[in-house]
Amino acid sequence: MTTPHAVAHSAALPVPHRVVTRAAEAPGVATIVLEPVRSALPPFVPGQFAMVYAFGVGDIPLSVSGIDGDRLTHTVRSVGAVSAALQGLEAGATVGVRGPFGTGWGLPAAAGRDLLVVAGGIGLAPLRPLVRAALAAPGEYGRLNVLIGSRTPQDLLYAPETRGWAPRARVLVTVDRPDGRWRGDVGVVTALLDRAAFDPGTAAAFVCGPEPMIRATAAELVHRGADPGRIMVSLERTMHCATGHCGHCQLGPLLLCRDGPVVSWTTAEPLLLVREL
Amino acid sequence: MTTSQHGFLGGLPPAHRDRLTAFAQEVEISAGARIFEEGGAADRFWIIRSGGAALDVHVPGRPPPVVETLGEGDLLGWSWLFEPYRWHLGAQARGRLRADEFDASRVRAACGQDPAFGLAVTGAVAAVIARRLKATRTRLLDLYGPPGGGAGGGDG
Repeated sequence: MTTPHAVAHSAALPVPHRVVTRAAEAPGVATIVLEPVRSALPPFVPGQFAMVYAFGVGDIPLSVSGIDGDRLTHTVRSVGAVSAALQGLEAGATVGVRGPFGTGWGLPAAAGRDLLVVAGGIGLAPLRPLVRAALAAPGEYGRLNVLIGSRTPQDLLYAPETRGWAPRARVLVTVDRPDGRWRGDVGVVTALLDRAAFDPGTAAAFVCGPEPMIRATAAELVHRGADPGRIMVSLERTMHCATGHCGHCQLGPLLLCRDGPVVSWTTAEPLLLVREL
Repeated sequence: MTTSQHGFLGGLPPAHRDRLTAFAQEVEISAGARIFEEGGAADRFWIIRSGGAALDVHVPGRPPPVVETLGEGDLLGWSWLFEPYRWHLGAQARGRLRADEFDASRVRAACGQDPAFGLAVTGAVAAVIARRLKATRTRLLDLYGPPGGGAGGGDG
């Protein structure tokens, strides 16, 4: 099939995958690594997502938080029936996976530029493969900054790994609600921009988190002279079919499962300001 | 770093920035030292050169919870500009802190004598207050709490 709306086999039919490992990340959040039982899906790029099916419960969109050959990593927070089922899976369990879906971050287009990665909460999940890709290509990009905002210290994702990024990247972390042992920053993630090392006029930014946090971050970057076309944001709307047919994820002229979830701020800003959308 | 352009001093026109910094006295505050206490006289303020400070609130029966941290280039203290000139929060140095310290009464007097300078300083301080108010409101939303749907990992 060659029509624009053709649905590839991997997009329509869940492909069985086995849970290789499950690691608890934070209260109600776990990371699962999946490998294909038989045939593998087409390769994913950072920023794309899969529809992951808990058999007998349902499927939900999950960004890839890690890509290792045929193995896919997803970080899932339990907020409903399907995510609770997926979050509770143990090694050896089988799920169905469709994908890859959506647009990626487009990291290669940022070659030679300072990189600014800004993550809020579980928004770090889709950004982790981007950071890993940037770290795996030393010399390809300018200075790498990773700014992370979290609700509490206990909610920080991938803490050992993010600490390990520090020698090669400027990693700044802030929390909204510190506990008595927290000695790091307290406040909103945009406050960390002052300490990031980047040239605002030429840097490429990648932002994922709750929409008000995305808006605040992008607005601050533009205020500092960043090009809105080089601020990439990952947007969330209810995704259902993931193939651009059902319209559940429509945002103005966009179907985010197909035209997103990653779009530039040039595209996103006028749509996010329309209350009816 | 973008600090020099976007710290507190970056919000002042160069002439007023120079005039304000003429009042500065560089100080070093040891790690863990209390800089000011909630309710105390707001007779000084600081612009942080290096290190950081934590703003906290007195809560009886437990260590003061930290509500915000400040770093390089940030204005530490704005209560000195508004009556009754009492600190709204407490502050503690996080690690060794180097800062430019200002005598509040001298700066207020200069603001009174030169309305253009006073307007510039007041505007820059107001911008800091507005930014912190916006940040506080954002945090009130508890944005990182359990969310709705999308590709980020939820089905709520």
